[in-house]
Amino acid sequence: MRSGRKRMKYSYYPGCTLKTKAQQLETFALKAAALLGLELEEQAEWQCCGAVYPLAEDEVATRLSSVRALAAARDKGEKLVTLCAACHHVIKRVNDDMQAKEELREKVNSYLQLPAPYLGEATVVHYLEALRDDVGFDKLAKLVKKPLAGRKIGAYYGCLLLRPAEIMQFDDPENPTILEDFLRALGADPVVYPGRNECCGGYVAVTDKEAARDISRAVVRSATGCGVEELVTACPLCQYNLAENGGPAVKLHYFTELLAEALDVR
Amino acid sequence: MIRTKVTPTTQTEALAEVLDICGTNAANCMQCGKCSATCPASSRMDVLPHQVVRLLQAGQVEKVAASQTIWSCASCFACSARCPRKVDPARLIEAVRLSVVRKAGGNYLKADAVPALADEAMPQQALVSALRKYSK
Repeated sequence: MRSGRKRMKYSYYPGCTLKTKAQQLETFALKAAALLGLELEEQAEWQCCGAVYPLAEDEVATRLSSVRALAAARDKGEKLVTLCAACHHVIKRVNDDMQAKEELREKVNSYLQLPAPYLGEATVVHYLEALRDDVGFDKLAKLVKKPLAGRKIGAYYGCLLLRPAEIMQFDDPENPTILEDFLRALGADPVVYPGRNECCGGYVAVTDKEAARDISRAVVRSATGCGVEELVTACPLCQYNLAENGGPAVKLHYFTELLAEALDVR
Repeated sequence: MIRTKVTPTTQTEALAEVLDICGTNAANCMQCGKCSATCPASSRMDVLPHQVVRLLQAGQVEKVAASQTIWSCASCFACSARCPRKVDPARLIEAVRLSVVRKAGGNYLKADAVPALADEAMPQQALVSALRKYSK
């Protein structure tokens, strides 16, 4: 830790997959965070977010684990930070529900009986947003020791970080730039290609592998057609679909792997 | 692909259930087809997203409930994000899917079928998502 840099503390929600199949996503995020002055304290009793946001208006139980995580962050007075795109999507949308939907808010609080009712007070940020808004990509660029120069890297956003834009408020849903700006800060010259905000096939991979192949290959074709050789993702399921179903044409990395590489903490 | 002829019917109990679940409706759709054009899973669908919306406008929930479409939708929200009339096909499809899986024997994916479908690299996120979407 260099002297003079302010440390920022967050309530960190990892989610199930980061402790199992996507350990690289977490490990390198935490290594880089230590260097960048981001203190990510893992929530003591986090529960699985359910991986998909319940689109049904009448479901309460499937929102409860998110509310518990949100209330825990609120109680500590810290921003809730996520790494997995799916967890981020679910928790951010449930937070919006708790702010906007009175009947749901009453039902959830009546069930949970928290010491203080949860009314949507927490702020949910993705790690990338913390890098952009709290650290600053300009400051990040100054800490890079091994610039990712000369590599043909494309950003893959997928769906969950971007849509619906009015709730996620992550970036322009049709022309996002945050991952490219992040890659530029790491010294790369990112390749922009059309399929970067299209779906990888998601959970359809479980029941219809052929469909997942068609969908993820369309993304990989779009990327390789523009000269991409490596793709970065922020979602374990995107990573799986593009790597396992998208074919061998591109090398996949979690964005945190390249972050740690550029900061020389990998 | 089997094409479906749509004729208006009165609002059925099934439609009332679906609209209750999703808290949105199909009324604003003008059948431009942008949702179907942008859907990454449309090649697997027997009823395209704009046809789902048309069928729901006409109260014919049973045709949507019996379709492959409700199991092929990946909930990527591209249709809803790009609709020029602020219709939410992803949410409408979810509501029909739920109206099926919430009924006894309606599960599309059973937990004991998962080990044969999963591979070594498949993340937990995929399995949790699929079970949440396809079963109750």
